[in-house]
Formats: sequence, C-alpha cells, structure tokens
Amino acid sequence: MTAPLDLDGAGSTTAASTSDTGLPAATKAVEGRSLGQIAWMRLKRDRVAIAGGIFVTLLILVALAAPILAPDNPYALHTNLLDTNLGGLPKGTAGGVSSDHLLGIEPTLGRDILSRILYGARVSLIIAIPATVVSVVVGGIAGVTAGYFGGKIDSAISRVMDVLLAFPVLIFSIALIAVADSVNRLMLLVFVIGFFGWPYIGRIIRGQTLSLREREFVDAARSLGASNGHIIFKQLLPNLFAPLLVYATLIIPTNILQEAALSYLGVGVQLPTASWGQMLSSAVPWSTADPMYMIVPGVALFLTVLAFNLLGDGLRDALDPRSSR
Amino acid sequence: MLRYIIRRSIGVVAILIVISIITFAIFFAYPSNPALNACGKGCNPDRLAAIEKKLGIDKPVFFAWPPSDSQYGKFVAGLFVGRDFEGGGSTERCSAPCLGFSFATDQPVRPALMARLPVTFSIAIGAAVMWLVFGVSAGILSALKKGTVFDRTAMGIALGGVSLPSYFTALIALYLVCYRLRWLDYPTYVNFSDDPLNWAKNLLLPWITLAFLFAALYARLTRANMLETMGEDYIRTARAKGLPESRVIAKHGLRAALTPIVTIFGLDLGGLLGGAILTESVYGLPGLGTAALQAITKSDQPTILGVTLIAAFFIVMANLIVDVLYAFVDPKVSYS
Repeated sequence: MTAPLDLDGAGSTTAASTSDTGLPAATKAVEGRSLGQIAWMRLKRDRVAIAGGIFVTLLILVALAAPILAPDNPYALHTNLLDTNLGGLPKGTAGGVSSDHLLGIEPTLGRDILSRILYGARVSLIIAIPATVVSVVVGGIAGVTAGYFGGKIDSAISRVMDVLLAFPVLIFSIALIAVADSVNRLMLLVFVIGFFGWPYIGRIIRGQTLSLREREFVDAARSLGASNGHIIFKQLLPNLFAPLLVYATLIIPTNILQEAALSYLGVGVQLPTASWGQMLSSAVPWSTADPMYMIVPGVALFLTVLAFNLLGDGLRDALDPRSSR
Repeated sequence: MLRYIIRRSIGVVAILIVISIITFAIFFAYPSNPALNACGKGCNPDRLAAIEKKLGIDKPVFFAWPPSDSQYGKFVAGLFVGRDFEGGGSTERCSAPCLGFSFATDQPVRPALMARLPVTFSIAIGAAVMWLVFGVSAGILSALKKGTVFDRTAMGIALGGVSLPSYFTALIALYLVCYRLRWLDYPTYVNFSDDPLNWAKNLLLPWITLAFLFAALYARLTRANMLETMGEDYIRTARAKGLPESRVIAKHGLRAALTPIVTIFGLDLGGLLGGAILTESVYGLPGLGTAALQAITKSDQPTILGVTLIAAFFIVMANLIVDVLYAFVDPKVSYS
C-alpha cells in the first residue's frame, strides 16, 4: 500500500561494498556518513516518529512486565462488584471504575479490565512480532531468490505469490483455524498471519533485487569472481536491509489488527486468555449498557497500531534518500 | 491485446484451480467428520455411513479411479456439467456451474450464495465510490497544498483512519448514531429495487465505516504518488514551456500519479466483493462474509469452498481488468 522504497543514490553503502570485494579503498578526505547515521539524524528530527517509537518501546516493556504492572490477576472474578439486578452490570459509574479497578471491570464476570488490557498487549505482540518475522524471512528469501536468479525460478516464485495474493485471506484464515482446532492456537495464529503476509514483502524485495543486481557494484563483484552466495549476502542484503526494516515495522500493526480481527470473530486467541479483539467482541452485547467495556480495548488497539504506523512512516522517510519532508 | 487477454484468462483459471485444490485438501481431507455432526445423538454406524454417502464424503478426496469418482473429481465435474445428489430417496439436480450441496441445509450452495451477492455488492460498491471520491481528492489536495493546515489535518485524520480497526469504528458508529443520537435505525438490508432510498439509508453506516478506512489509505497513497510525480523532470519541462499550472497538474501530474491507484483499487474492490466479513458481521448484514462465518461454525465445507472460490474469482478478475485497463491509462504499457 505504500510507495516502494527507492534507495538509488545510497552511495555510502555502495562504497562500503566495493571495499568488501578487495578493491583498495580510497583514503577518505571527507568523513562520510553511513546510511544508518543519516537515517538516525533524520529520524531524531521527526518528533512524531520518535513519539511513536517511545510508545512502542513502552508497550514492549509493559507487555514484558505485565505480571508486575497489572494491579490484579487478569483471571480473578469480582462478582461482588456486579449488580445482579441489572444482569451482571458493574456497580458504580463508567463500568465500575474505582481506585482498585482504574479502567473498570467486565460485566458478568467482574475481571479487572486494566489487567486484561496489559496481558492483552502481551498476546498481541507475542503473535504479531513472530508473524512479522515469518513474513520477512520467507518474503525476503523468496524475493531475493526470484529477483537475483530470474528466469524460471522467478516465474515459479512469482506465480506462488500471485496465487497467495488472490486468496481471500480473512475467510481462509478463519476456516483454516476453525478446522485445525487441535493445534496450539498461538502457533497457528503466528503461522497463518505470517504465511499470508510474506508475498507483500516478497514482491517488494524482488523488485528491489531486480534493480540492484544491475548495479555496477554487483558487476564489479561478479567480475572479480565472487560467488552467488557472496553477492547475495554481502552485496545485496546490506542494501535490502532498509526496505526490510521499514516494511517489517509497517507490517507489525497490520498483523496486530489481523490477530485482533480473528479474535474478534471468535477464531483467534481463546478465553480465558485476554486479547484485545476478543475483549471487543465480548463487549458487543454490552455496548449500550456499558460502553466503557467496548471503548477501552478499542482505544488500546488504536493507539498501538497508530504508534507502530508513526514509527514505520518515520523510518521510511528517514531511510529513503529521496524523500524530503 | 486479444492474445494477452486470452493468456491472462488461462492464468485466472489456473489460479482458481490451484486455490480450489488447496481449499479442498485442507477442508475435505482433514480428519474431522462432518457426517458426525449431522448424525447427532444416538448415531449408529449404518446411519453414519448413509450420511457419509449422502454428503459424498465416503469417496477418496483426490485419488480414485476413474478420477471422476473422487470427491474433487465430482466437484470439478459439477462445475462444468452439473451433478445429481441423492438425498432421502429422491434425486436432486444441481446444474452447472454446481458448487455442491451445503452440509448444513442440504440446499445447493450456488443459489444460496448468489442470493447474498447483492448485499455484498451494495456494501462494496457504495463504499468504493465514497472512498475514491474522498480519499483521492484529499490526497491530491494535500499534495498540492503540502505543509499547510489542510494537509496536516487531512493526513492526521488519514493516519487515524488506517490505525482504527473497522469493526471498532462500526461499533462506535452504531453506539453513537443509532443508540445515542438516534439519527438512524440499526441497519437492515433493503433491496435496491424495492426502495432505493431506504437501501441507501440502511447502508450509509457500513459505507462510511469501510470508506473511512480505505479513504485514509488512498489519501496517503495518492499524496505520496502525487508528490513524487510533481518532482519529476517532465513536470518542470511542462512548466518551463509555459503551460498553466492547472494544466500541468491535470494533464501531466494526475495521470502518472493516479495510475498505481488503479491497481490497488482493483485489488481492494475485488477483495471486498468476496465478502466484507468484519463490516457485515458487525452490522448483521446477510452478505457473503456472514455466509462464510456461519458456514465455518457449522463445518459446512462446501459453502466455505464456494465463498473462497467466489472471492478468489473476484480478486483475480479485478486484477485482470486492471491490467487490461492499464494499457489505456498508462502510455508506457502496451501488450501487443
């Protein structure tokens, strides 16, 4: 959905790769900045992206420290705080907000919402990040292989990507998960989400590789007798690092939304484990009586995805030498 | 051009065959037995065998001799020449292209799904018009007024739009518009031919929900493309030869900037025509998406397969149409 990164003019990496091939590196009269340094300088100036980055870091810390931070056991029931006359609606204002339960409690069961949100952050990331790794690794390998070797290998890989891109992903994932109900649910979610994500990365990396392999530094390496392995890992991969990083950052929020959607539809993370999507879906019948129950997980999801998007946008602008905002 | 279309159409068929085989392999070869569900309490082996025979799952999934005797063979034969089903003593005819009989209702799958198609089409097309109008124009204006208050506001809203889960937007919209403010009733589907005004009124919230998400995506994309195009050398040339700015934008800028949008629009619309699962389920609209959801809870494999194939068909067809249109839109592309 985003404009492909173009790293033409990333001269510093090219220079570095040339010295890798054994050519005598010219003594530098002017201290050059590496692409990473330039990117970091640009990123530092982008206050919105930094805010996103800080939020993401905090979120990861919160997810790791959920057992310490959570004010309550996320599975503990507090039925004494519910109004049985109103069908189990929390007593008090705004869904039972009190000093013990800062974001209120769930109707019917009375579990602490804040604690479940914190544990839900864990679940979100435990699924979204490994799924992203799956997409990036598979997509990266497929994209480089297709782009570098071309010919029949390229058309075979491209056809596979075409088929996968034509899959109605959500319908298929739901059906797959519903059928394979005996498999470990977290593993299955990581696999399904990661598996359908790789063709997007694969296409982008293929395109990048196609243009990179025609560049002079690759010709130079080849004329010096470098093997395919050397060219791929030492010459191409450093140049593909930036797009991989950017698209990984931009795919994480998509995967978080995907997990939430599957959990919302009842085929994602299973109760009693807390997940934001599933909290939203259990809030649906209560949406008019206790809107707080619906708003809290929705806002958590929104802020998380927003933060990742801000960081991803910032990284893309910082790593794209042509962009000037 | 004709050769290109023929070649691509063969590709479309190939992709659909692969998808049907994969879907078949996963849902029919999996060791859960839908006959057990249908058999219910007091199930005995004879009854189970009878139900398996009726559902057609007593045959091997792929490998049988003759090949038309396998479940997949029967399915493919049904697609081209139709097939007969024996149920409760009587034989029912399912005409080509037959997608099989539902395990849950014993009715043919295709008519049941076709009846739901208008709902999904209404949602998708209405939303598509909205998001194209708002998303693309916001993107163009933002790019032309880069850095202004308008640009910042529009891009801020767009960033929010891409970060909001559509079902959350839908739930909030239902809560505010239908419950709190009572501006609209809870949506129910009304046929366009029965009452066009009510049709639109009931679909307004689903349209806005979907359009908000996609308009946000398109606004961001259009702005990025437009900025890139307006920085090209040929735009400078056009300006240098004294063309008025409006003409530079309309003739040289927009055409190049909007071409990639066409591709993505084809894919997105194709995807939605196969069922807007989340939107349909939040608003309770009886489209293809909700059909798929219900089929999954009832382990009704033929219906799941039917929806998957119809959805995949729309996606690949949309892709093909877009690629053909490209030859007309983009002067750099020619297929002859």
